[in-house]
Amino acid sequence: MRRIRTLGYCILQGIRGVWKNRVYSLASAATISACLLLLGIFYFVAANFNHMVKSAETLIGVTVFFDEGINEERIFQIRDEIRLRTEVAEVIYISADDAWENYKEKSLNAEMAETFGSDNPLKNAASLEVHINEAAKQKALVRFIESIDGVRKVNHSESIADSFEGIRAIVLIVSAGLIAVLAAVAIFLIRTTISTGINVRREEISIMSIIGATDFFIRAPFMVEGILIGILGTILPLGLLQVFYSQVIDTLKAQFETIFTKLNFLERTEIMKQFLPLALLFGIGLCFLTSHFTSKRQIRKISIH
Amino acid sequence: MPESYDLNRDMNTLDAPVILFEHVSKEYQQDVHALEDINIRIYKGEFVFIVGSSGSGKSTLIRLLLKEILPSKGKVFVAGREIGRLRRYQVGKYRRSIGVVFQDFRLLKDRNVFDNVAFAQRVVETPKKMIKKQVPRMLSLVGLTDKHKAYPGELSGGQQQRVALARALVNNPVILLADEPTGNLDPKNSWEIMHLLEDINKRGTTVVVVTHNQEIVDQMQKRVITLRNGRVISDEEKGRYRYAKN
Repeated sequence: MRRIRTLGYCILQGIRGVWKNRVYSLASAATISACLLLLGIFYFVAANFNHMVKSAETLIGVTVFFDEGINEERIFQIRDEIRLRTEVAEVIYISADDAWENYKEKSLNAEMAETFGSDNPLKNAASLEVHINEAAKQKALVRFIESIDGVRKVNHSESIADSFEGIRAIVLIVSAGLIAVLAAVAIFLIRTTISTGINVRREEISIMSIIGATDFFIRAPFMVEGILIGILGTILPLGLLQVFYSQVIDTLKAQFETIFTKLNFLERTEIMKQFLPLALLFGIGLCFLTSHFTSKRQIRKISIH
Repeated sequence: MPESYDLNRDMNTLDAPVILFEHVSKEYQQDVHALEDINIRIYKGEFVFIVGSSGSGKSTLIRLLLKEILPSKGKVFVAGREIGRLRRYQVGKYRRSIGVVFQDFRLLKDRNVFDNVAFAQRVVETPKKMIKKQVPRMLSLVGLTDKHKAYPGELSGGQQQRVALARALVNNPVILLADEPTGNLDPKNSWEIMHLLEDINKRGTTVVVVTHNQEIVDQMQKRVITLRNGRVISDEEKGRYRYAKN
């Protein structure tokens, strides 16, 4: 009961602290908001880019050819074996007849095709077209398929896979760098706000310390203050991103329909589900940790034990 | 060392001095002694003046008792326990058993008299009901019942010191430390505060007063410990103010 009462008191003091230092509190919350908004915009662009790259990656194909004289039953066994791999999105079987029909359609005129009669010169060209989830795993998959008994040749393009991998690495590095810079700015501002709050209440803290308040009792209001700033700073960008995401995507689709028809954007609920934990961790988590360490350091200076 | 450090409880079984300085020295800088080999025993219920000129080490004694600083040598015992061994988390509870008043009152200017006194109880997590009961009692003790809504800026120096006294006493301390309590007061108010301290002492609280005020020390006929250059040069029952020039 006493703990609950104390917690209630500390929360109330934290709210008062935010109000008393409202200019600094608002500045900190606004900075958190700005950081989160930037982070959000960047995250949304990166996540959509990643989503599009992923979709494009599934278009990368690996074509598997078999030893001469292999029967269809063995080919199906190999297909099933490949399907079990996690990096495989889809496996399409192209029989020798399908391959010949495709070739005739694309490369021969009707007269030339007729000269072959019922012969199929591609009778050993049955193949499997394997689509993968992630370009980075292509090499391992190719090695696996090549090791299967009955497989003669595996056609694949390393350069496409490598370029996708490169793009992803760049996005990752830029994201990490941006998050680090924004986090540093936010930490600096929260530290300033909490330190200012502590300095304003320096006398009160020293009196509290002399008359027997525990460290927790003295520090808790500042930690509450930090969390409140974090909550305030997180709500606004989350709301803005939630409201404007769909509108921006719709506008982009309408404007660039011909270019973007094949590229899918992430749904709003899906991307918000991904971004929410990151935003909470960044906004509230960062504020909590910064206020925790700042108040601990500053208050120790005032209340010498 | 127990988790809780309750002097009120410890005092019930105490035979030893309530305050004991045992060969205590304090150096703030190398070879600059604020205190040097101090040995003082103060027993439960005593009223003690600590006198000496500026820089004699009086305030250092108070700071040592509050565990704001640690001795460079020797040990400080309060209620039979060495306070140097208190862990950081135990210090708050220890200080609740010691009331302190300062020359500059140290009141919260943005809170009224009632809230200033109640503040001492709030920080030690006293229930609201108890606060509502005990604060008026304390204000009545120091004669400020009718001023409970006034802010420190609206009070005289003497009244502000009474508020500080009420705040120091509201948690029922075993020891009351007063660091130059009359330093900012005129003679009339100074005497009123000293009479209050005497009353508090008669109720069983050990009172230690650090002061410069010769007239008060000489007239009150209490135990007087005189410091000079960080050393105890005299310790007399019913003593007088000695001119302890450095």
